[in-house]
Amino acid sequence: MSETLIQCRALSKTYTRGPEKIEVLQQLDLDIPKGDFVALMGPSGSGKTTLLNLIGGLDNPSSGEIRIGDKRIDQLSSKALAAWRAEHVGFVFQFYNLMPVLTAARNVELPLLLTALSAGDRKRRVEVALKLVGLADRAGHKPNELSGGQEQRVAIARAIVADPTLLVCDEPTGDLDRKTADEILSLLQTLNTELGKTIVMVTHDPKAAEYAKRTLHLDKGQLVDEPGA
Amino acid sequence: MKYFRLVLSQLFAKKTRTILTMLSLLMAFLLFGLLQAVNVAFNRGTSIEGASRIVTQARVSFTSALPLRLLPQIEAVDGIEAVMYQQWFGAYYQEPNRQMVAFAVDPRRLRQVITEWELPSEQWDAFANTRTGMIVGKTLADQYDWKVGDKVPLSSNIWPQSDGNMSWALDVVGIFDSSDPATQPQLAYLNFDYFDEERQFGKGGAGIYVSRLGDPKDAERVSKEIDQMFQNSTDETKSQSEQEFNLNFVRQLGDINLIVSSILGAVFFTILLLTGNTMAQSVRERIPQLAVLKTLGFTDGTVQMLVLAESFVLIGIGALLGMAVATVLGMGMVGFLGGSGSVVNLQVWAYALVSVIVLSLLVGLPPAWRARRLKIVDALAGR
Amino acid sequence: MLNQIFAVTALNLRSLGGRLGSSLVIVIGIAGVVGVLTALLAMSKGFESTLGNTGRDDRAIVLRGGSSAELNSGLSSDNVQAIKDTRGESGTLTSSAEMIVITEFASKARGGSFNVTLRAVEQTGFDIRPEFRIVDGRKFEPGLQEVIVGKDALASFEGVSIGSNMRFRGGDWEVVGVFETGDSHDSELWADLATAQTAFGRTGTSSVLVQLESADGFDAFASALKEDPRVNVDVKRERDYYSGQSGQFKRLIGILAGVVGVIMGLGALFAALNTMYAAVSTRTTEIATLRAIGFGSMAVVVSVVAEAVALALLGGVIGAAVSWLLFNGYTASTLGQGFTQVAFEFQVTPDLMLLGLIMALILGFLGGLLPAIRAARLPVTVALRGA
Ligand SMILES: Nc1ncnc2c1ncn2[C@@H]1O[C@H](COP(=O)(O)OP(=O)(O)OP(=O)(O)O)[C@@H](O)[C@H]1O
Ligand SMILES: [Mg+2]
Repeated sequence: MSETLIQCRALSKTYTRGPEKIEVLQQLDLDIPKGDFVALMGPSGSGKTTLLNLIGGLDNPSSGEIRIGDKRIDQLSSKALAAWRAEHVGFVFQFYNLMPVLTAARNVELPLLLTALSAGDRKRRVEVALKLVGLADRAGHKPNELSGGQEQRVAIARAIVADPTLLVCDEPTGDLDRKTADEILSLLQTLNTELGKTIVMVTHDPKAAEYAKRTLHLDKGQLVDEPGA
Repeated sequence: MKYFRLVLSQLFAKKTRTILTMLSLLMAFLLFGLLQAVNVAFNRGTSIEGASRIVTQARVSFTSALPLRLLPQIEAVDGIEAVMYQQWFGAYYQEPNRQMVAFAVDPRRLRQVITEWELPSEQWDAFANTRTGMIVGKTLADQYDWKVGDKVPLSSNIWPQSDGNMSWALDVVGIFDSSDPATQPQLAYLNFDYFDEERQFGKGGAGIYVSRLGDPKDAERVSKEIDQMFQNSTDETKSQSEQEFNLNFVRQLGDINLIVSSILGAVFFTILLLTGNTMAQSVRERIPQLAVLKTLGFTDGTVQMLVLAESFVLIGIGALLGMAVATVLGMGMVGFLGGSGSVVNLQVWAYALVSVIVLSLLVGLPPAWRARRLKIVDALAGR
Repeated sequence: MLNQIFAVTALNLRSLGGRLGSSLVIVIGIAGVVGVLTALLAMSKGFESTLGNTGRDDRAIVLRGGSSAELNSGLSSDNVQAIKDTRGESGTLTSSAEMIVITEFASKARGGSFNVTLRAVEQTGFDIRPEFRIVDGRKFEPGLQEVIVGKDALASFEGVSIGSNMRFRGGDWEVVGVFETGDSHDSELWADLATAQTAFGRTGTSSVLVQLESADGFDAFASALKEDPRVNVDVKRERDYYSGQSGQFKRLIGILAGVVGVIMGLGALFAALNTMYAAVSTRTTEIATLRAIGFGSMAVVVSVVAEAVALALLGGVIGAAVSWLLFNGYTASTLGQGFTQVAFEFQVTPDLMLLGLIMALILGFLGGLLPAIRAARLPVTVALRGA
């Protein structure tokens, strides 16, 4: 195996709801090597999204370490995290989360607005990304003129356009039919094998997990060997 | 600048709402432009310093005529280049409600004092040499279609001729224009000598005096000197700059400032609520989208600025359109209030800009703050 | 039909709570227009009624022919005598020859100097004005340079209180009393005619005010003067003379109210449309569901319009009430025909408030109608799908 990209040590996340304390993640250790494609499964409420958000730098842990590449991100300020995300992470969500008022191309361009690229360079990168997800001919369409699968492809193009090392996907096929889901999953697989993107994907669908190189199971905030138990 | 398109498209996400809000803003700023223009015109700060002409009136009021015999004394004051006097004629043409501004003056003195009137030299001479002569401002001449050579019966609601006739037959001997595009020549002058000889009463009354100074710096000293000269006499005077004199005239109509600020206060309170509601609503609806922007790496500060920019652009466009319409309409009001181009001048635009900034901040800051504070994970989970 | 309307309206009202913010926009928007308009018209009304209250039908004012206002008028002493000699049915009429001089005083509230009428009257001027009364101090003594000041003038200008000295034409005049007539004369200063004529170097007067035997005696008096070859005069009933002076101000305020009303009205209309479009669009599905079960589109239209009108009326009531609270009885002054300041009180009368409510009603109706029609026109299937 190659070098480790994601390293979590004694990672905990606790929410306080009134007087109650909910330990969503408990002392979790996790290593994911560069170039891996990991499926994260587990019952609803087990903390998958929480873990994913921590890895993607959307949230800070209550305690423990997260090292991505050679950078500790667990204690970064929200401003530093934002800059780090822009450079290193791409996100794909269950409900695509595109801007409804922007065309596909403009949606994909969003992360590039944060770079120093010129308008021309941005345009070229957007074209490349859209071509990669097979939607070059839909660049001018608004999200509501696209099918669910197409919207998710636009979202993937947006996730990869700034060329991040890590892709973080939360139930990317949760809202799609089998056939479309398979297309999206193959696309992710290609991104993993051809472009070497490291992917962490949460899913409830065992079939989807088969596209990944390995599957991790989360239950009650801890990694377990086998589902259920 | 690269965010501008993003701001615009966010703004027009709900077209109906944005356009209706902008139309309301347009109306608010249209009113703002017009009323502020009136206000600015009425409150134009004037000081005697730097005045090139001084008006001397009777201290009792400008409607009491000062006698002609003060002329040599005023003329002798150091710093005065030329002096004229003018007597209000109370003129109307044919119908008593078609009133106009007309003064009886000494033609030669008029020419020396009011230097912006443009009239061919031979017409100046004709005015001086024709007893029944009258010169008419171009705007007024156009209004009644008067030409040089016309005989015009001008009625006075004050001055009867010695035979009791209130109608004075005058000859138009010149039509003058103004070298200053800001002032429209909408008045007439007749010959004082003829007027004074023929009027039934009040002979020897000159009206008010207007003096042109060599150096505007002397304005304050000269005014004081004139007024001191006649202190404690039966003809006490009051001298002030020409602008101040004119302003006092319009100010008496009422407390324009109070009326204008009351109306605008009501208007801006309303528009603040309306636009504030629009912005708050639109940000509320877009919480998940704003969260997505943050996941993409937009910082809290950038997202906050985007929302503020939206509020600024919304209000700015509405204000720009409203002020543009006001400016165009204001061109029609120039003749009434004075000022060049449009009464909605740069000063009014500057006020509008300040209002736009203040309004944008008031309207934009609460939702912008909300956008800044919003937590990605909560917003994505719909919490 | 009525049942349907009630059902839909009830549905709308129940969701009103959630839309409080945007509903408030209609209310405040329309309150603004109605408030401003009512205040402007109250100003015009107040001025009109002050001048309308000045003068009586059984008094006539005589001015020089063609002069139209006391300020422009001038009557020689011969003329004055001829007018005073004109007899009524049962003998000579009481009259007061009066002279107007415009003076300038500094305003207490605003900068700049303002024109104030100094009216010089004969002693008979008091006799024929039973409405005149001294509220403080005393009347001026004939022959002395003394002045009495109207109560509105006292409130508005500097240097006019009892005991102050005024300088006219090099001479000092002492203020010795404050008077009230309950009309536009309250903005004036009064002095003795003969004394003022001497001081201002005049022999004639501006007008003669004549007490007629009765209001019906006017025509006889007027034609007697017209036929008198010695004089060329205009005769008017005193009340008509003053009422006629409010016309110009009324027109000016009319224009201002028109411009402000149209612009603010349009602004409020757009605001109302905005609110109602939003209200309708959040309820698209509910409305479509009702229609799917068989409610008519008329019920939808009526209920949306009813909501808009109700909100607008609420705004109208608030606007009129605020305007009444703030401005009813507020004192202001403007230039009268005599080119001098006339003080008056804003009058927010019931008919003005009613006018405001009617305007609110119209705005609410228009603001509700278009969104209502859009809601009713939307095909049920489309509405049910896209919420
Ligand atoms: N901000 C929060 N405040 C309180 N509790 C929270 C918060 N965020 C998450 N939780 C709780 O943490 C637990 C884990 O949530 P998480 O979203 O990670 O679950 P999940 O595994 O992604 O579930 P699903 O499969 O349904 O998406 C849940 O019980 C949730 O209620
Ligand atoms: Mg989840």
